Amino acid sequence: MTRVVVNLPQRARRGEIIEIRTLAGHAMETGFRRTQLGELVPRDIITRFTCSYNGVEVFSAELHPALAANPLISFSTVATESGKLEFRWTGDNGYSATHTASITVV
Amino acid sequence: MTTRRQFLVLAGSTLAGTAAQAQLPANIEALRKAALAEAVRKVTGGAQVRAGRVKLDVPPLIDNGNTVPVSVEVESPMTAIDHVKAIHVFTEKNPQPYVMTARLGPRAGRARVSTRARIADTGKVLAIAQMSDGSFWSDSVNVVVTLSACLEDGLI
Repeated sequence: MTRVVVNLPQRARRGEIIEIRTLAGHAMETGFRRTQLGELVPRDIITRFTCSYNGVEVFSAELHPALAANPLISFSTVATESGKLEFRWTGDNGYSATHTASITVV
Repeated sequence: MTTRRQFLVLAGSTLAGTAAQAQLPANIEALRKAALAEAVRKVTGGAQVRAGRVKLDVPPLIDNGNTVPVSVEVESPMTAIDHVKAIHVFTEKNPQPYVMTARLGPRAGRARVSTRARIADTGKVLAIAQMSDGSFWSDSVNVVVTLSACLEDGLI
């Protein structure tokens, strides 16, 4: 159900700026649309995204209904040491998704 | 002389027009402007926002407002003493002005964030960068939207 895709280099030189692209499969229902019977479709979105590098938060974002479905977030970080990057998405109706990726810094 | 056909067409269009307008407050434009100003004030706390240092990249002509690539780049050395703390993106014509707030720090290396947004109508897109020294910088782009997001019937 919770499908996410994260793209980042597996290896990097120390001090290199690496680009990370993330995509979460989510409809991002805005809460402004109506059904054919005129009832409002309740809001159901991802509200927060965070990225931790070896346990230290390096990037976070607050998402709003004005973000497209399947939110793509692309950002960068400095490759400081080998280790794990943890990505976490949380949202309405208890939505939660995590992904971990490892990076080797030479 | 008005024929029966002409009368029906005329009556139908007037009724449909008033019904559509009745669903919206008359001063919707002013309300949206005020909402944007309020959202910006919430972020800046009333501090002055200067133009420059921020480069907002949005296509000027948007075919489909449901997925609009938006990318923001800020000129900053991104060191511990001088870096970008947050990048805020707003739109003028959406039901809510907020699009995204990205929080970064010196470990980002480069102040560049990109995403995909929904944009409801032709209007302004605004990006504000919050620096570590407390200053705010901004850039705005006027975009033309042909297919609106959010509201299929185009009542915005």
